Amino acid sequence: MTDRRANAESFETLAMPLFASLYNFAHWLTQNREEAEDLVQETYLKALKGFASFQPGTDFRAWMYRILRNTFLTSRTGLSVKMSEPLDLEEDPAALPVTSDTPESVLLARADQQAVQDALERLPVHFREVILLCDMEEMSYQQIAETIGIPIGTVMSRLSRARKSLRELLAAQARGGSEARGASK
Amino acid sequence: MTCPWSAKLDRYLDSELPDAEQTEMEAHLRGCPTCAADALSRLQLKRVTQAVGRRFSPSPEFRLKIEQSVSAPKRRPWMVRWTPAFAAAASLVLVLISVGVWLQHSRSEQAMDELADLHVSTLASVNPVDVVSTDRHTVKPWFQGKLPFSFNLPELQGSQFKLLGGRLTYFQQNPGAQLLFEVGKHRISVFIFQNRAELSRLNSESSLSRKLAFSSETWAEGGLRYFIVGDASPSEIHGLSEFLRSAARS
Repeated sequence: MTDRRANAESFETLAMPLFASLYNFAHWLTQNREEAEDLVQETYLKALKGFASFQPGTDFRAWMYRILRNTFLTSRTGLSVKMSEPLDLEEDPAALPVTSDTPESVLLARADQQAVQDALERLPVHFREVILLCDMEEMSYQQIAETIGIPIGTVMSRLSRARKSLRELLAAQARGGSEARGASK
Repeated sequence: MTCPWSAKLDRYLDSELPDAEQTEMEAHLRGCPTCAADALSRLQLKRVTQAVGRRFSPSPEFRLKIEQSVSAPKRRPWMVRWTPAFAAAASLVLVLISVGVWLQHSRSEQAMDELADLHVSTLASVNPVDVVSTDRHTVKPWFQGKLPFSFNLPELQGSQFKLLGGRLTYFQQNPGAQLLFEVGKHRISVFIFQNRAELSRLNSESSLSRKLAFSSETWAEGGLRYFIVGDASPSEIHGLSEFLRSAARS
């Protein structure tokens, strides 16, 4: 009883500071408030139940995000995403896309927040999550690898492709916007 | 031509390059305007993504819910600790009572619905009754030998009600009498059965209800269970029930 209470106390101390970030990430995955709440609630319950299996000294944040992500993948929305997207596909780390000084990178300088938000929402979930874990959560590649359960090389290639895809979406939006502006003149 | 360093720009901006390469990249960026512009653009996107990414906030209610679900149980006096158990037990008793009441209500409703169906199908029939007579002394004897019980019919002369006849009916696999009455242009069925255990679980008190424009009333008396169903007004239905009750007592 005392052990269980101590266990719950340390879980609470470690897990509650992550609450807002986990909810935010859950909302990005599900794109729905109610589903995000269900996902976070289930994550906390699973994590509390399995807290004994958490290895002290390892990354608690990555552990919590991994539970959330796995719970998402087994949810209704997650399963439908999984059906249409290769979330656990093993990419070839050597196949990094060639990045160049294409005009879209220049356009990005003017990318406003709304455009980035729209583009992120339109990204496939496996691209969106890797970008958010890196840029928003500021996770290291190692932490992302632990969270998603893929090798670091795959994290790098997926991140690279995800960012390329994001830039292309932004460039397309910018072109569409300037064409629309041109048309209205 | 693409600069070979550009492939490492993301890792540089994510601080994922080894220290030595990180330093080399910094030196390269000072001398390569293309990579510098690209790095600036990527950095801007990274910052905007970071800002945009933190846009969903949980509600305070949801935070409280999660806090409560993971909070460690605190030591409390035994009375406080046992209060939820007592409350749970009391709630369970209340739930069981409610379920019992609901089941009884549901059974009554279901029985009345079935009888309303019987009434409607009788009216839809070309020959709604097997014994056609307005005389209670003709209708009552017709059931002799057909039913394991007997009943009294009221004298309706001078009242607004008129007996049209009767027929045998079956309800929940048991035989009974169905009597057809008329009030104005409305027809009313009176069902009489032996009051079995299943029927006695229905409302034992006389009850009157109105559903789908049908009025109905049921009561038990002298070992028999009476049901009245019809599209007449509740007061007319009740009026007929009073006649039947007084006949049963006579």
